Formats: sequence, structure tokens, C-alpha cells
Amino acid sequence: MSGPAKGYGSYGPKPWQQTSWDARAAGNFIGGGMGGSLIVFAPLFAATGPALSALLLAGLGLVGLGLFCVALELGRPLRAIRVLRNPRTSWMACEAWTAMLLFPVGLAAAAGVTGMVWIAAGLALVFVYCQARLLQAAKGIPAWREPLLRTLLLTTGLVEGGGVFLLTAPLHRSATSATMILFGALVVVRFVVWVAYRRRLAGSAAPGARAALDAAGRILTFAGTLLPLALTAAAAFAGVFALPIAALAGLLAALAGAWVKFVIVTRAGFNQGFALAHLPVRGARP
Amino acid sequence: MTRWVMVADLRRCVGCQTCTAACRQANATPPDVQWRRVLDIEQGEYPEVTRAFVPVGCQHCDDPPCMEVCPTTATKKRADGIVTIDYDICIGCAYCAVACPYQARSKTLRPTFAYGTEMENEAKRRDDSRLGVATKCTFCVDRIDAGLAQEKIPGVDPEATPACVNSCIAQALSFGDLDDPESNVAQLRAHNASFRMHEELGTGPGFYYLWDRNAEAAE
Repeated sequence: MSGPAKGYGSYGPKPWQQTSWDARAAGNFIGGGMGGSLIVFAPLFAATGPALSALLLAGLGLVGLGLFCVALELGRPLRAIRVLRNPRTSWMACEAWTAMLLFPVGLAAAAGVTGMVWIAAGLALVFVYCQARLLQAAKGIPAWREPLLRTLLLTTGLVEGGGVFLLTAPLHRSATSATMILFGALVVVRFVVWVAYRRRLAGSAAPGARAALDAAGRILTFAGTLLPLALTAAAAFAGVFALPIAALAGLLAALAGAWVKFVIVTRAGFNQGFALAHLPVRGARP
Repeated sequence: MTRWVMVADLRRCVGCQTCTAACRQANATPPDVQWRRVLDIEQGEYPEVTRAFVPVGCQHCDDPPCMEVCPTTATKKRADGIVTIDYDICIGCAYCAVACPYQARSKTLRPTFAYGTEMENEAKRRDDSRLGVATKCTFCVDRIDAGLAQEKIPGVDPEATPACVNSCIAQALSFGDLDDPESNVAQLRAHNASFRMHEELGTGPGFYYLWDRNAEAAE
């Protein structure tokens, strides 16, 4: 098919923000990414005993809160169990199946059942991945269907989980210098992915979506990247204040990531409107 | 095989919205829901202005993104290309609505009425199974199936043809079997230049827009 006639671009009405998914849907991505990644981080950074159990339960709580948010968005919540019917092609069904497995395994891990911790961590990682694929499969929204969104949601989920891990570090005291280095590396990777994602949308997303993303990007740059990195570096020399400073770094990085997800879902979810490849040719021809 | 498609001749459509009204009447959609919409698009600056009226709705895609994402299998595609929703299975997650590049799907949570309170005709046709679930154009699938059962031909016999096509005052809308080379829609496509909306997304819409004669388009 030939492209639009010379001098014309898209003839259709301008794109508009989708209204099907709102803050409740965003809450699912925020809670799921944060909680799922916390379940990954907890055993990875050698949290043990009651601290590990508490972190696992907190992670499950965040995942559950996210799922509760999305349940509030269902038009027929009493039929919610039917979400499991199509894991073959639907990432939402895959997410639900993973959650169904994650909760009993996570609870068993929190109860101290041997070998369950790493299975829970694996399932939590799969859960975060499913969420990333879920949003990217929404073909109607240019800012969502961009393939780099998967990587962005995955990395920001990990940063958010790591952030909550650091936020609670003064309580569980499991954060080490290796934790800080990995967290800092993830923050940098997230920023790089964000920049690449934003560049990829330059020609496809609506101006309103780009403006919303740019505003969120500024927060991600300063509050979610530069400040956490500076604080993480400062924590190395802060002696007894290291853990509170690391906690602040984690909080900022997690909140910035959550805000970016909120904006992607509720403010950058512009559809692409309608576009005519050709205008109708009527009457006499030039 | 049969592939039911819609053809809209953009040169003929005058934007009267009779198709919209006919669809509303035939399918009893609520006031804020239009399964068949007609866009009014104006392009350019005076005196070089072009206006186009563009009927839109569910495109009944070959590869419907709504069906792929549906977690419940409520959205299905029939062998004849019609994309359907089983209201008894749908959970109203609206994943299909954000997956559809044509903004064809709606979800209504509570009954709404044209004049605030329910009128007699609205009460008669009220269907609560369509509340809280995704709804969209069905190509009037019930009419098609009922017509076929009576050996009528969809797109030719009004009894088997979607309401919007029947009502079109300018014969801008046509419906038929694209796989039948003698059908009205196949002939229209053969003799005119056409395109499909957002074809670059690979959804394979079953909705063709005619915009010029073939010979002119080829120049």
C-alpha cells in the first residue's frame, strides 16, 4: 500500500488518552514490580531468618495489593477466576497463573520451608516479566507497544524492589557493599533503557504522550537516578549513617520508578487516532 | 472459505450518520456507545480544503490483537472472519480495549438512558449481560446467521446484511464475502483503489476504504 499523498500526513482525528485503564491498573504494575522484585532481592542479598520472612511477606503483600487494584477495575469482578483461561496467548492470564503459584510458594518460603525461597524468587521474576509483556502487548497504544517497554518495566521493577530492600535495610541490616553496587548498576541500566525507550517514541507517540513522558523523565533523571547514585556513593563513607542514607536512595529510586509507571499508564497512554492513507478523490481531477 | 468484510466508499459517504443511528437501533447500544461511528475529518486550509467522512468501528481483523490478549477467551474469531465476544465469559478487564488500534471497544458499567430515566423501549431491550463487559460491532452476526439459515445472501439480501449497510443512504457501505470473486465487495475492491486503516500494524483489518478509481490510482 502506498503511503499518504504528498503533503499530507495522518488525516485522522488526533490521538487521545485511553480511558480504559486508570490508576488502578497502574497500581498493579507498581505493586507487582516492586513486590515481585523484592522477593527476588531478599534471598539474593543474604537476608535470612525472620528478616527474610518479613521481606518475602512484604513482597507478597505488594503483589497482592497490585492485584487487588486491578480487580477493582474489572467490570465483572466475581468472574475474575476466568482470567486463567487463556495462558496460551494472553500475558494477563500468564501473570495470573504465576501469581497463583507465587503466593503458596512464597508463603511456604516465608514459613521457612527448605528450598522454597529460590523457587519463589524465580516465580517472582517471571511475574515481573509477565507484567512487562502484558503492557507491551497492548497494540493500540504506541507508547506501550514499543518493544523497549518490556526492558524498561523489567529494569525499573528490579530497581523498585531493590529500592524497597534498601529502604528497609535499617531494619533487616542485610544490605552490604555488594548490594549497593548492584543497586547502583541497576539504577544506571534503568536510566539508559529509559533514554533509549524515550528516543524510540520520538516518531510514534502523540505529542501529549511525549510531554507526559518527558516530565516523568526529569523526575526519573534527578530523583530516580542522580540522587540515588550520589546517596549510594555517599553511604560508602557515611559510617553509622550508611544504612539510613542507603534507605533514602532506595526510597527515591523506587518512588521515581513507580511514578514513571503511573505516567506511562495514565498519562502517556495515547492511542494513535485514526489515519487515512489517502483522501477520497471526488469530482474533476486537476 | 468465506471472509465477511465491510467496504466503505469514502467518495460516497456524506457523513449523515444514518448508519450510526441504524446500528444504535438494531443493537440497542447505550447512549454513550457507538459501535458504528462516522468521523468528520477536515484537512488543509481554505481554499484547499478536503473533507472526508470515515465510518469506523470494529475492523474484524484477520489477526485480532484483542483476541490475542483476552485472558478469558471471551473474544474469538469465527472461521468466516467475524470477531465475537462472549458476554458470559468476559470479565471486563478492558485489556482488549487498549489492545485494539481502532478504538472499537466499549465498556459500560451501569445502565444509561437517552433521557436520564429508562423509557419503555429501553426497558424492553435492556440487556444486563452487556454491563461491565467489553462490547463492539458484531457485523450484526445474528442477522447474518439468521439470513444464511434462510438461504439469503449477506450483503445482497437486507435480511442477512448488517443494519448499517442496509441503512446507508449513499450506498457508501457494502458488505459481503471477500473470498467470492463475484461478490459485491470483491468487485468493488477490484475496480477501485482501497486501503485499510493502520495496515502497518499487521492486524489485517476486514474493513476496506475505497478512495479512487483503480486506473487513476495507478498513475
